[in-house]
Amino acid sequence: MKLNELTIKEAVEGLKGKKFSSVEITQACLDQIEKHNSEINAFIAVNEHALDEARRADEIRESDSNSPLLGVPIALKDIYMTKGLRTTAASKVLENYIPQYDATVVRKLKDAGAVILGKLNHDAWAHGASGENSDFGPTKNPWNTDYVPGGSSSGSAAAVALNMTIAASGTDTGGSIRQPASFTNTVGLKPTYGLVSRYGIIAMASSLDSIGHLTKTVEDCAIYLNVTAGNDPMDATITKNRIPNYLEDLNKGVGGIKIGMPKEYLGSGLDPRIKENIEKVIKKFGELGAEMVEISLPHTEYGLACYYIIQPAEVSSNLARYDGIRYGYDRSYFGDEAVRRIILGTFTLSSGYYEAYYKKAMQVRTLIRQDFEKAFEKVDAIISPVSPTPPWKLGEKVDDPLKMYLSDAYTVIANLAGIPGLAVPSGFIQHQTFGAGFIGDLPRSDRGLPTGFQILGPQFSEKLLFRIGHAFEQTQERRICEI
Amino acid sequence: MKIDIKHVALRQAQDKQNGQGQMKINIKHIAKLANLKLKDEDLPRLETQLNEIVSYVEKLNEVNTKNIEITSQVTGLENVTREDTPAPSLTQEEVLSGTRSKHNGLFKVGAILEE
Amino acid sequence: MIGLETHIELKTKSKMFCACSADYSGREPNTHVCPVCLGLPGTLPIPNKTAIEWCIKIALSLNCNVSNISKFDRKNYFYPDLPKGYQISQYDEPFGLAGWIQLKDKRIRIRRVHMEEDTAKLTHQFGTQNSKLKTQNFSLIDFNRSGVPLVEIVTEPDFENAGEVTEYLQKLQQIVRYLDVSNADMEKGDMRLEPNISLAVSEQGLAVGNKSQQPKAKSQLPPYKVEVKNINSFRFVAKAIEEEIVRQSEILDKGETPLQETRGWDENKNTTVSQRTKEEAHDYRYFPEPDIPPIRFADSQISNIKSQIPELPDSKRERFVREYAIPVYDAEILVRERSDADYFEQTVKDGKKHNLTPKQVANYIINKKPNIEKTVPAELVELILVTQETKELDKEELEHAIELVLEENPKAVEDYKKGKTQVLGFLIGKVRTLLPPNSSSEGIRELIEQSLK
Repeated sequence: MKLNELTIKEAVEGLKGKKFSSVEITQACLDQIEKHNSEINAFIAVNEHALDEARRADEIRESDSNSPLLGVPIALKDIYMTKGLRTTAASKVLENYIPQYDATVVRKLKDAGAVILGKLNHDAWAHGASGENSDFGPTKNPWNTDYVPGGSSSGSAAAVALNMTIAASGTDTGGSIRQPASFTNTVGLKPTYGLVSRYGIIAMASSLDSIGHLTKTVEDCAIYLNVTAGNDPMDATITKNRIPNYLEDLNKGVGGIKIGMPKEYLGSGLDPRIKENIEKVIKKFGELGAEMVEISLPHTEYGLACYYIIQPAEVSSNLARYDGIRYGYDRSYFGDEAVRRIILGTFTLSSGYYEAYYKKAMQVRTLIRQDFEKAFEKVDAIISPVSPTPPWKLGEKVDDPLKMYLSDAYTVIANLAGIPGLAVPSGFIQHQTFGAGFIGDLPRSDRGLPTGFQILGPQFSEKLLFRIGHAFEQTQERRICEI
Repeated sequence: MKIDIKHVALRQAQDKQNGQGQMKINIKHIAKLANLKLKDEDLPRLETQLNEIVSYVEKLNEVNTKNIEITSQVTGLENVTREDTPAPSLTQEEVLSGTRSKHNGLFKVGAILEE
Repeated sequence: MIGLETHIELKTKSKMFCACSADYSGREPNTHVCPVCLGLPGTLPIPNKTAIEWCIKIALSLNCNVSNISKFDRKNYFYPDLPKGYQISQYDEPFGLAGWIQLKDKRIRIRRVHMEEDTAKLTHQFGTQNSKLKTQNFSLIDFNRSGVPLVEIVTEPDFENAGEVTEYLQKLQQIVRYLDVSNADMEKGDMRLEPNISLAVSEQGLAVGNKSQQPKAKSQLPPYKVEVKNINSFRFVAKAIEEEIVRQSEILDKGETPLQETRGWDENKNTTVSQRTKEEAHDYRYFPEPDIPPIRFADSQISNIKSQIPELPDSKRERFVREYAIPVYDAEILVRERSDADYFEQTVKDGKKHNLTPKQVANYIINKKPNIEKTVPAELVELILVTQETKELDKEELEHAIELVLEENPKAVEDYKKGKTQVLGFLIGKVRTLLPPNSSSEGIRELIEQSLK
């Protein structure tokens, strides 16, 4: 196995056992980036000090091997503030912006010994579900470069899938980690709102933003969260809970665990191939000893409409600081999608419309939360599709924002409710015609395109989600993506 | 879950036919509030897109929200404050490092007041 | 009917939502600035506990209702001095609601007291007009002030003239100084005010009206509002309001309606001038600040804050009149500054064993204005005693002493009458030996001269 294909767990073990050095893994990742980035466009910038950092990690290794990620190369979505390292939000507005400080999570990762490979592409300002809204060009799905890798954490997903990095950070405001994870055969965690500090991550929609990551395995996802979760005096919305060891229950299996399947979710909007896939997942959990229970989340039907009021409203306010005075370029540099969301959000907050739109949405949000509270009285966790469709072709939805928004339907509700969601790969599906008039081209690869499902749990139930996800993952074969 | 794309496409077509494409948003006014200068040639397309989105989100009108509390945050936290203890600031150089327009340690912008 | 919005800058050690030092006065520009108060991407606010408690103290001192639950909201607008493009403020759940300040003849209702953050400081530089090389106008921004805690106090439109406004402001200033939460120095910008003035033609003729922009304002009064800014002293408040009433009356008399606008006080021209800004549309799009969890105060916490409020000027004045039997006028002067009032009380206490009356202490403090920082109350008692003795020397006693001296020194009297006026000193000395020690020599010379005529 090539060093860049390692998981975090394998990398840490090998580094501890001196089977290889951090410089070697880092070099392997840099080689892979060098080889494929021009086609995939996952990285906006490579950290020119990455090898120096790896060398330092190897030196530290001599005296201290307790830092959990010591010498492990990772990459950051380019909305994580990195002191001295250009951070663009994938927007022309910040094209040349060098941050004066590090995000709390970046500091935690550095303290844990991680080597920063570089900054990853994404939909500008994290607005999008395909990666195509980046001002630095779209990212391509490494499993089939005619297709989108999902978004907004497009570069994170593509880079992990193609082993350009060992793991990658992302952000999930309405599905921006889980959806690209499911499009690229990677594991993606949207943690509970307030579990991971938002300080230093460029805000999209402050009441929805969750700071998570994409990894190659569920176990890696837990290792990573062990580093990033918890207290930060710079974030007033961070939990005061004690942070557990997320690896603790990983191997306990799903015997006796009650898993809910919302009956509303297998309705008419779901692509039949996704439906078939999720039914297989349900069956598999049954075989593994979980108790599958049908539940109802009646208001989730309104989740998307609720989300597309609250999110743009907060976006309009959060993007107000970009006036070109203190940093960056002025507001004329915003791309189309940012402009749409700013206008939409400004409108729903404006005098005379606030009650009808924003307030109404905040009320519906309460009903959605209550749906989950009731559901979690009956079940321990819920499984659901991530995206209603498989990955689509580049360019297919760029001119129809509403169609693009609809792909968030299954993911936004976790953000509205503030609960965690873990996307786990569940195989590959073949292209076929679907819907009226759609003729899918034959894929470049006959293995089809990846898909995944998500496990949702009550707030702060990440440990349980890892346990369930890991149990499922053990039944699947790990595939290495090759172009 | 009614998120089916065909359904939405159909609705979009119907909206256009029924002349429901009429503006819900006074886009020029909103753009002014948002401090955005939009190009005239971009307006029609933007208007159509926003109209569709607004029509879609109006789906919430189906929900009875009488006497329902709002949710503006989900943490359940309260009273998160800090003690009144000062800590070091950035240096002036760091503060000004992102700007291209400065003057004697200050940010410089075009005249705000019209004399 | 004029309404007033007053901003009080709190003197906390750190800023409202970050740990930068709030003591920015006179510092190098942009040196009290961090990622948070510069509005860098990704930053988040953490509220200052002391600032919140002080805001509640102010609210309670202004007789407001302090509710158990409050929250912060975002007020969205664009201006170069506002780094985030929104100001963190409070909209529908401010810390204080529905209070009042008692003036001599009327009560001014306080609509709300809320907490917010200050903006950066903008200075405007105007290029030279006469030069052939036309230099451009520009503005400079210093973010040292950005994020300093501000308490905004909004009145109902209860004022009828500039005098009432001045009286209200003096009271407000006294109260916040008593609370020791702000220096409330107008010249330094610790206390800033924006009167909203508008006139309405009523059935009786011209009347002064007001329309405020605060959320709950539902004035059906005039269809315009003029807000006056840049007022930095009590004197200018009165002038600006008077000028503005005159200006608006003249426009209305012509049958026109004054423009809705913000005007600035120009202290050189002694008038208000239109301050048209490039940014005009105002729709603040308030919504709950998602970055800050709500603030909840139990009744016990509110009473705890209340118990920390010192005796305020009004009650202190009343108590002084009652307890020390001093005139209201004296009490009023003594309570202006808390330090003076405390000093007065301590001196009264110390003077009691020397049989000094409170009135004597009050008179001395008011008339002689001792430096209370240099003279401890016990020393002041000594000083007062000395003066008291001098003053108690009554005229009769003095006349009697002079009579005695003149009788006993006929030679000197003769010399004086011959023109040897220098003997006067000798006579004064003789008189003084008959008087109590430390008596003042004031008036002795004149009285002797009179007697020798």
